[in-house]
Amino acid sequence: MQERQALGGKVLTVPFKVCAAIALIGLFFIGKRFIFGIGSVSNMNDGYPWGIWIAYDVVVGTALACAGYSIALIIYVFNKGEYSPLLKPALMTSMFGYTLAGISVIFDIGRYWQAYNIFLPWLSNLHSVMFEVALCIGTYILVLWMEFAPVLLDKFKADQLKVRLNRIIFVFIALGILLPTMHQSSLGTMMLMAGHKLSPLWWSGFLPLLFLITAVVIGYAAVIFESLIAAIAFKRPMEMHLLSKISALMPWLLGLYLVVRIEDVNLRGYLPLAFEGGLLGNLFLLENLLFLGALLILAYPNNRQNPQLLFIASCAMLLGGSMYRFNTYIVGFDPGTGWRYFPSVPEMFITFGIIAAEVMAYLWFVKTLPVLPRLTKA
Amino acid sequence: MKIRRRDFLKGVAASTLLLAAEQNPAQAKRARKDLPPNAVGILYDSTLCVGCKVCEHACKQANNKVAEHTSPNEPMWDDPQDLSDKTLNIIKRYGVEGQKDSVEGFAFIKRHCMHCIDPACVSACPASALVKNPENGVVTYNKKACIGCRYCQVACPYNIPKFEWDSPFPEIVKCQLCSHLLAKGGISACCAACPTGASLFGPVEKLRLEAKRRLGMEPGKYYDFPVADIESTEVQQHRAGGYVKHVYGERELGGSQVLYLAGVPFANLGLPDLPEDSYVALADGIQYAIYKGMVYPIVVLGGLIYIIRNREEKK
Repeated sequence: MQERQALGGKVLTVPFKVCAAIALIGLFFIGKRFIFGIGSVSNMNDGYPWGIWIAYDVVVGTALACAGYSIALIIYVFNKGEYSPLLKPALMTSMFGYTLAGISVIFDIGRYWQAYNIFLPWLSNLHSVMFEVALCIGTYILVLWMEFAPVLLDKFKADQLKVRLNRIIFVFIALGILLPTMHQSSLGTMMLMAGHKLSPLWWSGFLPLLFLITAVVIGYAAVIFESLIAAIAFKRPMEMHLLSKISALMPWLLGLYLVVRIEDVNLRGYLPLAFEGGLLGNLFLLENLLFLGALLILAYPNNRQNPQLLFIASCAMLLGGSMYRFNTYIVGFDPGTGWRYFPSVPEMFITFGIIAAEVMAYLWFVKTLPVLPRLTKA
Repeated sequence: MKIRRRDFLKGVAASTLLLAAEQNPAQAKRARKDLPPNAVGILYDSTLCVGCKVCEHACKQANNKVAEHTSPNEPMWDDPQDLSDKTLNIIKRYGVEGQKDSVEGFAFIKRHCMHCIDPACVSACPASALVKNPENGVVTYNKKACIGCRYCQVACPYNIPKFEWDSPFPEIVKCQLCSHLLAKGGISACCAACPTGASLFGPVEKLRLEAKRRLGMEPGKYYDFPVADIESTEVQQHRAGGYVKHVYGERELGGSQVLYLAGVPFANLGLPDLPEDSYVALADGIQYAIYKGMVYPIVVLGGLIYIIRNREEKK
């Protein structure tokens, strides 16, 4: 008997149709962007050359898609096979998250038709952090599809292919742990170059480390969040035994993050900025209070058995980590000379369209493919 | 198996710590870069500039750029508010809102690419579309390589590169020190057009000495000032202004090939106070510590393959 099952049921539900409508609106604006240029749909400008398509779709989006990475890390590096039931659904959301981040990069970059230039050996700039990120994310998207492929091969009964893939899959699993470690930290290194344009509350030599930790924290939080939501939405029992065990790790990670984050700002002498009452200071405090709140909830073993508290803590971690990344790329970034940026409605609809497409793909896959663990009747 | 696995993890932990120690942000900087052997640049002396904007016109003509109208009234003249995809060189005038020039003072400033000695844009560009000429140090752009990611705009400490937001086939636009004119033995159009010598073209070493000479002048006395090209013989006599005792661009972020002299604080002219080490050197240092010869990634990948393979075989 298989360990996993397709949920079955109707695909074209009301939520699915709502998502489809949003995705279509997004698609319309994407069309407009390709015909009239980025300026016709976006408020990005020469002071804020990166908007929500990069800060949300890529920088926050790929962190939300670190569920697969975080679970693979614990199963393979820390040898905890009992978490395996969480792996396939996590890998699937990672696959969608990264694939769509990759797609949104294509309409964000101005000269998309020659995007392959990055990978031409005579043009590749090995010193560029962007090069490393592009190479790693590109490869990781392929790796995720290869890791997920056995599920598809099962569906189409391509047994021979599956046997062949299984023989080499350890290479993909290993890459699936190495690549996110590299590019998630590099997403932090990327903003080092912004220098004085990034507020000292975010600019730091520790950006790579802090980005790596938030990727892992957000990854675990996404696993907990998705598992609880899926249990409620599809009326399945909650996987509390696994979730509470995984969340026992979180206080350590959150503690490490908070110590580095606060002490770094403090040692550079900018901590008073946080308490001046301005937008940046308040956001800095909020980010860290969200993490501190999650830490305080999850530090008590009893709380970790409680689905409500676990859900609240996972939301706090998702929000805190996402805010840290978003603020590093947009809110804390000030090019000076009076530039302002707030995303336009069409620009936001393109991002909403991407999220809607992700939800649609999730619903379709869990209903038609063996992704979620099979339920055994008690 | 268990023990070997633990040993491996210990090894990983130890090397991560080593890495962290090596990566101490304060020490991760790579060395500063030297001026290219035949570096050329511009010395802009704000005290000599009369704000005639003839350099703006010369720049547009030399680089095939169109006029732009930003005023809400009927368009009458080319009135860029700042550098843009149509304006590679701009003269701005500093003044304090609501204050008389006679009280607060005023000054012109000319903005365009600084042609940094350690350019952030060149380091940032993933496709080598922005490169620094190893001979004369001019930072040029190649649209055939550019993918339009705009990391150069994020990375540039002076906000110089601009993007064609309203084009379906956009390019990055910036001053390339008229490299097409330099190739024919000429000088940059803005300096050739400047009637007072406020924009002076020449080898950076000579421009640095000239800047030092001017800082030593006695304010109010007449001196000879070279015009257009420091290597030409054309000079004009001007009264020396009261200089702020600093050559902007000599040390800022590792130095640049465009240098500024002014009679008012540089911060008032939109030239921020910057450290001597470039942010590039720090970012490069950290990347280098982690990815030196790809040794760490390959070792980690090898270790991961080893433990995962063993685990899969046991199943």
